[in-house]
Amino acid sequence: MKKIVRNIVLIIATLLFILYAQKNFDSYTLSILNNIAIFAILALSYNLINGVAGQFSLEPNGFVAIGAYFTAILLIPAETKVDMFALVDPAPIILQMKAQFLPAIVIGGIAAALVALLLSFPVFRVRGDYLAIVTLGFGFIIRIFAINNPAYTNGAMGLNDIPSNANFIWIGSIALITFIVMIHIINSKFGRAMKSVRDDEDAATAMGINTFKMKTYAFMTSAFFEGLGGGLLASMLTTITPDQFSFLLTFQLLIIIVLGGLGSMSGALIATILVMGGMEWLRFLDDNIVLFGKDFGAHPGTRMVVFSIILIIMMLFARRGILGDKELFDYFKKKSK
Amino acid sequence: MDNSILKIENITMQFGGVTAIKDLSFEVQKGQIYGLIGPNGAGKTTIFNIITGNLTPTNGFVIFENENITSTKPNRVVYKGIARTFQNIRLFKSMTVLENILIGFDAQANYSYFEAILRLPRFFKKEKEIRQKAYELMKIFGIEEFADTNATALSYGNQRKVEIARALATNPKLLLLDEPAAGMNPNETAELSDIIHKIKKDFDLTILLIEHDMKFVNAMCNQLTVLDYGAKIFEGKPADAIVDQKVISAYLGDFSHA
Repeated sequence: MKKIVRNIVLIIATLLFILYAQKNFDSYTLSILNNIAIFAILALSYNLINGVAGQFSLEPNGFVAIGAYFTAILLIPAETKVDMFALVDPAPIILQMKAQFLPAIVIGGIAAALVALLLSFPVFRVRGDYLAIVTLGFGFIIRIFAINNPAYTNGAMGLNDIPSNANFIWIGSIALITFIVMIHIINSKFGRAMKSVRDDEDAATAMGINTFKMKTYAFMTSAFFEGLGGGLLASMLTTITPDQFSFLLTFQLLIIIVLGGLGSMSGALIATILVMGGMEWLRFLDDNIVLFGKDFGAHPGTRMVVFSIILIIMMLFARRGILGDKELFDYFKKKSK
Repeated sequence: MDNSILKIENITMQFGGVTAIKDLSFEVQKGQIYGLIGPNGAGKTTIFNIITGNLTPTNGFVIFENENITSTKPNRVVYKGIARTFQNIRLFKSMTVLENILIGFDAQANYSYFEAILRLPRFFKKEKEIRQKAYELMKIFGIEEFADTNATALSYGNQRKVEIARALATNPKLLLLDEPAAGMNPNETAELSDIIHKIKKDFDLTILLIEHDMKFVNAMCNQLTVLDYGAKIFEGKPADAIVDQKVISAYLGDFSHA
């Protein structure tokens, strides 16, 4: 009972913070918060397939791209599309596609989830490193598809003038919902089954777990929220190009979930704030560096060097990530005992 | 009346050119504790893997409760009522003892994915049910104090118990135990045989077990089959097995030409 009260208080507090931030924070702070919230959505959902179900897949950039493109195409008015598509005329279906903001991002998520469903049949025939290679290939395919089908995606020029509906209220609330959904999944029989697949697939099968089904559930859920996050990203940036969804995006998410602790949702959240926020907060390193009154000049890139060193040190001291595979609340539970 | 629960019919298993099992048949009756013994490499675990659907035999059938279950998928075999433990204990290492056992109850917690995400009433009801059942099971094995301990932090004997409890959670009619007493000291072995007798009675089980410890087999089994190089060399009562010439030579080597 206490737990329910605590959770409701936490949820209301988060919502109040979101409302307060949207009203009172300046646009620079808000853009950082938006970035953190979107990456939180992506990292949390990526953590489900990679951390909880233990399937080393490298696909999120593909699903984020699908969500982003679907949302962008649904949001941009037909006239703007006609003007924008410079290489070839847009396909008729592209002109017809139109939706409000919320349906648009949800459709983006569903599209990604459906692709995940189709993909799971070939992909989950392999495990481990092989799975990583196969899913990596998928990310490349999506990008190359986007570049080579200008009638649908405007090719390498990408889409711009995407209506900017995504404010921090949308992005923050969806990040909150994502977190709650993920926690609900891992604290149910499905989460346990996914973890059992990660720990020992044969033993899981011997307990009657349909391992393929569990992997597919994790994969589709993951894809849905990655698509949703992609849609929010498109609307926030108002412009997308295929190169935004390169392997680097996946790589960044991988850093976040490994740093937070594979399988830990609150860990993924903390790591998102550290990584995405840290990249911003360390920006002063790229400016002129003045030490003991001596001007060392500006060295662009210092920020990334320092950031990487911090990451290395953190991983040396917390080898299984900040929270391991536990949740933040588990640590409080132990202390109270 | 036909009282057999499991029939192995003329099973042959070849891996490439190697014949692991040669035309093996035996029958397990309801309520028996049936032993499967033999020297290393005789094909005992292979038989387990065939029964549970992990391997498809080259020839022959597995009949469970008058139903042909040969090459049924392993997770489906569990639904039919066959559960197993592994020779080298295979617990889920990131989970607590309670969570390990809850995995066994997976099929009984029949709420859907969306009910879990939205936390609908059925989720709470079923979760409560299986948690209660899991605690009852842990009590039988005397491991309830370790419920929230990580499973791999337990002693070897207790890990064995968790593994058997996890298998029982799937509500089986036939329990396959792969060397349950391996690596246990005499006290633990004695305790284990008490538990096996108790669960057999309480859960109305039939048990098929692989074992090396002859003392344990003698104390436990009503009937046994001895395998050597994939072929049956003896079937009958344990007391007769230990005086059988073929069995002795399989285990100790053939001295007749020495």
